[in-house]
Amino acid sequence: MLIEIRDLVKVYDMGSVQVRALDGVDFSVERGEYVAIMGPSGSGKSTLMNLIGCLDTPSSGSYTLNDQLVNELDDDALARIRNREIGFVFQTFNLLARTSALENVEVPLIYSGVSRQERHQRARKMLELVGLSDRMHHQPSELSGGQRQRVAVARALINEPSILLADEPTGNLDSRTGTEIMALFDELNRQGNTIVLVTHEEDIASHARRVVRLRDGKILEDRVRES
Amino acid sequence: MLLENLRIALRSILANPMRSFLTTLGIIIGVAAVIGVVSIVQGLNFWIAGQLQGVGATYIRVDPRQDPTDPDLVGRGVTLTYEDGFALLERVPELEAFTPIAFRSDRVRRRDRTSTPFILGVGSSFQEVTNTWVERGRFLTAIDEHSNARVCVIGDKVAEDLELGVDPLGAEITIGANVFTVVGVMEKLGQILGANRDSLVVIPFTTAREMYGEESVKQFFRLDFKARSADAVARAKDLMSEILRRRHGLTGTMANDFEVTLQEELLETTSSILGAVTKVVGAVVGIALLVGGIGIMNIMLVTVRERTREIGIRKAVGARRADVLVQFLIEAVTLSALGGAIGIGGGWGLGAIGASAIPGFPSAHVPLWAILLGFGFATAVGVFFGVYPAAKAASVDPIEALRYE
Repeated sequence: MLIEIRDLVKVYDMGSVQVRALDGVDFSVERGEYVAIMGPSGSGKSTLMNLIGCLDTPSSGSYTLNDQLVNELDDDALARIRNREIGFVFQTFNLLARTSALENVEVPLIYSGVSRQERHQRARKMLELVGLSDRMHHQPSELSGGQRQRVAVARALINEPSILLADEPTGNLDSRTGTEIMALFDELNRQGNTIVLVTHEEDIASHARRVVRLRDGKILEDRVRES
Repeated sequence: MLLENLRIALRSILANPMRSFLTTLGIIIGVAAVIGVVSIVQGLNFWIAGQLQGVGATYIRVDPRQDPTDPDLVGRGVTLTYEDGFALLERVPELEAFTPIAFRSDRVRRRDRTSTPFILGVGSSFQEVTNTWVERGRFLTAIDEHSNARVCVIGDKVAEDLELGVDPLGAEITIGANVFTVVGVMEKLGQILGANRDSLVVIPFTTAREMYGEESVKQFFRLDFKARSADAVARAKDLMSEILRRRHGLTGTMANDFEVTLQEELLETTSSILGAVTKVVGAVVGIALLVGGIGIMNIMLVTVRERTREIGIRKAVGARRADVLVQFLIEAVTLSALGGAIGIGGGWGLGAIGASAIPGFPSAHVPLWAILLGFGFATAVGVFFGVYPAAKAASVDPIEALRYE
C-alpha cells in the first residue's frame, strides 16, 4: 500500500470554537491508482490534501506513506518527503515569477542537491514530456494558463514522486485547456503514476477510476467507477 | 547551493535596483565615512610621523603660548625671544645647541621665474638640532648671522622652479625686494604624501628679522634645542621653564606664556589626537551602520512579506527551514556587502577630494585594513540585521503562504 490512513483527525483551534476539519478518516491508495477526492467546500478535502501532501500534521490518527509513518516526522523530514515523494499541482499554478519555465521546473532539484548541469538536463527532458520544449526560457507571465499548468506538472514530476497531488488543477483554466490538462493526467496515470485529484467538479472527477466523497470531515462514499 | 542562493539574491536585488540602492544607502554612507576619514587621518599620520622621525629623542622645542581664554595671558603678545634661546643655552648645562625658527611664505624670483616656498629664518645650528643637512655648498654660519648676510640655502624644488641649472651655487635670487646669494642646497627630503618638503629657502634668522620686522617674524616662531643626551631632557625641561619664567617676569601662580615640549611628548600628543579622531569616527560609523542595518532589516521584512507565496512554493517542493533562512540571509548580506563595496569606492574618492581641497594637506592614503574593516563591518551588519527577517521567512507556514495573495 502506498498511502495508508487510519482514523485521521484534524482539529483547528479557532479561539473559542474547535473545528473538526477531519473527523476519523480511513483511506488508502495503492500504487498506480487514479483517485479523485470530492466534496463541497468545508467538507475537509483541502485539509486531507494538505495532510497527504505533508504540508500539515494530523491532530491524531496515523498516516503511512511508502511504509514510513509520516505523522511522527519533524519539519525537515517532512520537507524531504515533499521533495522526493510528492508532486504538487495547484489551482493557481504557483510558479515563481520572473523565473523561466526551465528554472521553475528545476526548483525541487535544488533542494535535492542535484548539480546545476544535471538539473538543466532533467528539467529540459521533463518540459519536452509535457510538450513545452519551445517555451523553456519563457517566464510565467509570457505563458498561457494551460502552458503554466504544464510547467507546474513538469515541476511536480521532476523528482519522480510517488504521488502526483493535484488540487483543482483545471480551476483557473477554460474548459478546452482544462480538457487538455486532464488528458495529460490520464496519460501520466497510464504510464504508472499515482494520481490523487482534489476537485468539486464531476467532469474532472470522472477522469479518475475511483472517487472518494467527503462531507463534514468524514468519508461519505468510496467507490470504484465501472468503466 | 550557496551559489544558487547568491544567484537568487542578485536577481531579487536587481529586480528593484532603486529600492536596493536606497536600502543600502545607510551602509554606503557609513562605510564611505570610515574610509574617507581613515584615509585623511592616515595621510596626516604619515606626514607628522615623517616630520618627527628626523629629530631624535634629544629634541626639545619651545613655543610661545597664547591663550586668549587664560586671564594671565590676555593682552600679551609673543614674549619668547631669540635672546631667550641664548640665555637658555648658556644657563642650562644639559643643552648642546639651539636654533630659532621663523616660518613664513614668500615669493622668490629669478629673472622671469618665480616660486613660492616656505622661508625659514634659522640659526647656524639648525642642521644638527633638526637633523636636516645641507648637501651641496655650505650651510649658514655664525658670521652670516652676525652680519645679517643676504645668503640662503635652498631646497631642491626651488632650484628647479627657478631653473638654476646643475650648479645653483652663487646664483642670485630675489626674496621680496632683497637679492640673496645661494650658498648651499639642502638634502632632498622628498614628498611626504603630497607635501613637498623641498620647497624651502633657509636664511639667517637675523636677516629675516631685519627684512620682515620683529613682530612679523614672531607670528610663526619657535626655539628648537638639542640636549646633550636623551636622559637629560626631563631635567633640562624643568630648568628651562624656571629660567624662562624668571626672564618673562612670571611670578607665583601665573601661567606660562611659553610651552616646552619634548620629542616623546610630541609623539604622544600626535597619537592621542589621532586616537581621539579615530574614536569619534568609530562612534559616527557605529551609528551610521546601525541605521543602515535597520534599513536593511526593514526592507528585508517587506521583501519576506512580498515573497510569502514564493516561500510557500519553495517549501511545498521541499525547501527546509534552513534553506529558506539561508536564502534570505544571503540576500541581506549580499545587499549590505554591495553597499560596503560601493561605500569603499565612494570613501576613497571622498578622501582624495578632501585631501586635495586643502592646500598643502598630505594626500589621502587608504590602508588595506580599513578596506577589509569597512567591508567586514558591512557584511556583519547584513548578517546581524538579516537574521530576524530570514528567521521570519523560514517560519512561514506553507499552507498559509500558498493561499497568500
